[in-house]
Amino acid sequence: MMGAQMTALAMAEPQAAPAPLVEMRDVSIAFGGIKAVDGVSIDLYPGEVVGLLGHNGAGKSTLIKILSGAYAADHGEIRVNGEPVHITSPRDAKRCGIETIYQTLALADNVDAAANIFLGREKLTAWGTLDDHAMEAEARKVMGRLNPHFRRFKEPVKALSGGQRQSVAIARAIHFDARVLIMDEPTAALGPAETRQVGELVKQLKQEGIGIFLISHDIHDVFDLADRIHVMKNGKLVGTARVADVTQDEVLGMIILGKCPPGAIPGPGAAA
Amino acid sequence: MAEPSTTLSPAPPAEAPAGRRAGIGDALRALELDTRMVGMIGALAIVWIGFDILTGGAFLTPRNLWNLSVQTASVGVMATGMVLVIVTRNIDLSVGSILGFTGMVVGVLQARLLPEIWGFDNPLTWVVAVLAAVAVGGAVGAVQGAIIAYLGVSSFIVTLGGLLVWRGAAWWVTTGQTVAPMDGLFKRLGGGFEGAIGAGPSWMVGIAAVLLSVAAILVTRRRRAGFGFPVRPLWAEGVVILLVSAAIVGAVLVVNAYPLPVPVVRRMMEAQGLSTDGGLPFVAHGFAIPVLIAVAVGVLMTFLSRRTRFGRYVFAIGGNPEAAELSGINTRRVMVMVFGLMGALCGLSACIATARLNAATNANGTLDELYVIAAAIIGGTSMAGGVGTILGAMLGAMVMQSLQSGMVLLGVDAPMQNIVVGLVLVAAVYVDTLYRKGLK
Repeated sequence: MMGAQMTALAMAEPQAAPAPLVEMRDVSIAFGGIKAVDGVSIDLYPGEVVGLLGHNGAGKSTLIKILSGAYAADHGEIRVNGEPVHITSPRDAKRCGIETIYQTLALADNVDAAANIFLGREKLTAWGTLDDHAMEAEARKVMGRLNPHFRRFKEPVKALSGGQRQSVAIARAIHFDARVLIMDEPTAALGPAETRQVGELVKQLKQEGIGIFLISHDIHDVFDLADRIHVMKNGKLVGTARVADVTQDEVLGMIILGKCPPGAIPGPGAAA
Repeated sequence: MAEPSTTLSPAPPAEAPAGRRAGIGDALRALELDTRMVGMIGALAIVWIGFDILTGGAFLTPRNLWNLSVQTASVGVMATGMVLVIVTRNIDLSVGSILGFTGMVVGVLQARLLPEIWGFDNPLTWVVAVLAAVAVGGAVGAVQGAIIAYLGVSSFIVTLGGLLVWRGAAWWVTTGQTVAPMDGLFKRLGGGFEGAIGAGPSWMVGIAAVLLSVAAILVTRRRRAGFGFPVRPLWAEGVVILLVSAAIVGAVLVVNAYPLPVPVVRRMMEAQGLSTDGGLPFVAHGFAIPVLIAVAVGVLMTFLSRRTRFGRYVFAIGGNPEAAELSGINTRRVMVMVFGLMGALCGLSACIATARLNAATNANGTLDELYVIAAAIIGGTSMAGGVGTILGAMLGAMVMQSLQSGMVLLGVDAPMQNIVVGLVLVAAVYVDTLYRKGLK
């Protein structure tokens, strides 16, 4: 409800309450009897940045891996633009316009930037062979937008710096008209300048109407960039809040104690 | 014994004096040559020249080089497949046994089964035999690959089992009897004077190869320029074309300088009703058919690994299996295909080996797995996965065969030969490790 109001506000369309871009309802997954994610419901609207917060092991990465197709949920429903979808592989997620930038970046270190950007979605010539030239040309375009000084297109990505590797991972996610972008700890390995660059990019993508899930344990990052936050603890949703309605201390309380402040909407995991 | 192992060190760039290094380095960069590949070729050249000096000029003769190339063919073909297997962080210990098993199958097929259908020396016999060998080998490999990919048993274990299973199966086909002789046309796949294509056709093959290489280089250049990418300077392009052409023409000159034996030429003349009174003409061997097969396999496998999705996925899986999976690549299917391809190449090698021996025996290909793996490793394939080239593996096979042939020419005992080859393998990997560290 509150998400709908917020979007209505943001889009200045008071009469219509559009369906969320992505909605995960009552999602659960267990590994060997341990419920890593337990009945979690979250949503995301176009042009919105939603932070997903929680300690290590709170289940945020697992939840997001369900959305990106790396894991299949045991229970629950995923809707994209209000339509129920089945996501059982990364391919399914990409087909729904959901792209992920993993914390590990998930790059094949031994091949070059273009090969990584197009991995699994290679451009082919009329003969059915790899069109490396066309892929390099597009890679130069998209990398030019993210990292204008990047020139090392012929080298395997393991030779690149941390920031350059990050750019390659981001380029791969945004090149294919993503509607939903999942960023798992996007700035964990970056210096201050590069972190600022990622922040700029997030704002730019937001303007283009892309919805972004930002997973982080750095609360400052999230307060800088996010419109709303979902907080998880022990696999359950503690609560949801607009960043404007809560303080950083209150959010820390949600993360550490599972205590929901007055400005937030409590979830099933909220402490009594 | 120590000489060959030290001469193999393919790391001259790392040891060159710092002042000269920059100039040579710049030139190599302009040429965009793979320094490691240049090192391999340099090592091979040193081995060849070293043996030639030690044997008093008996090594670098057309006859020895021709035989060397034929002896390399079978292991060379399998090494191209092993590169992909090792690139995906796997190993295949069963290749020698698969060769033995498929060799027995083609032996029985052409010497016993097919003649019952259409008699001896039917022109279809060799075609059916080769297709059957590739199909049987491919099926065996794919089954092993499926166990590895879908049941999650490690490739080391599955193919170690395969090593025993298929060697046993090879015995089972005829309960140990050797099958001989092979079909007349099939025999040509193994080389020998009937299995060489002669001087004229060799020139045609050579010229076609030069034209194709030049066309490939120029087409690539034009496409890169069309996209506005940096291209090699023209002089560098010219040097590369010159080097490639010289290598091809050199190979043609060598094989065309190796004459057929006198009795064979006399028989050929008599068969054509020509008089042999005025002396016998010089008739050259030309390229051996197994060598042409190996080169064709090398070109095809290079194409597959560099220019197709399959090849890209193989390398991506080797570089980061999890990333490949997350990119939506069906990594299990790729693994089955890699092992299936390995098996199919074993089938092809079985044809070459069986034809060369002119007999199918259940011991054929024994220990080949070790030579094939060693060839791939010496050729720069990394056991850590993700790195390797087809050309490197074929050069690696050539290096090992050169060492063995050279030592045979020198009269080195067989046990000592094994010791040297073993040491060279370890030394080559050590040098490669140093080279990699130097890159970082």
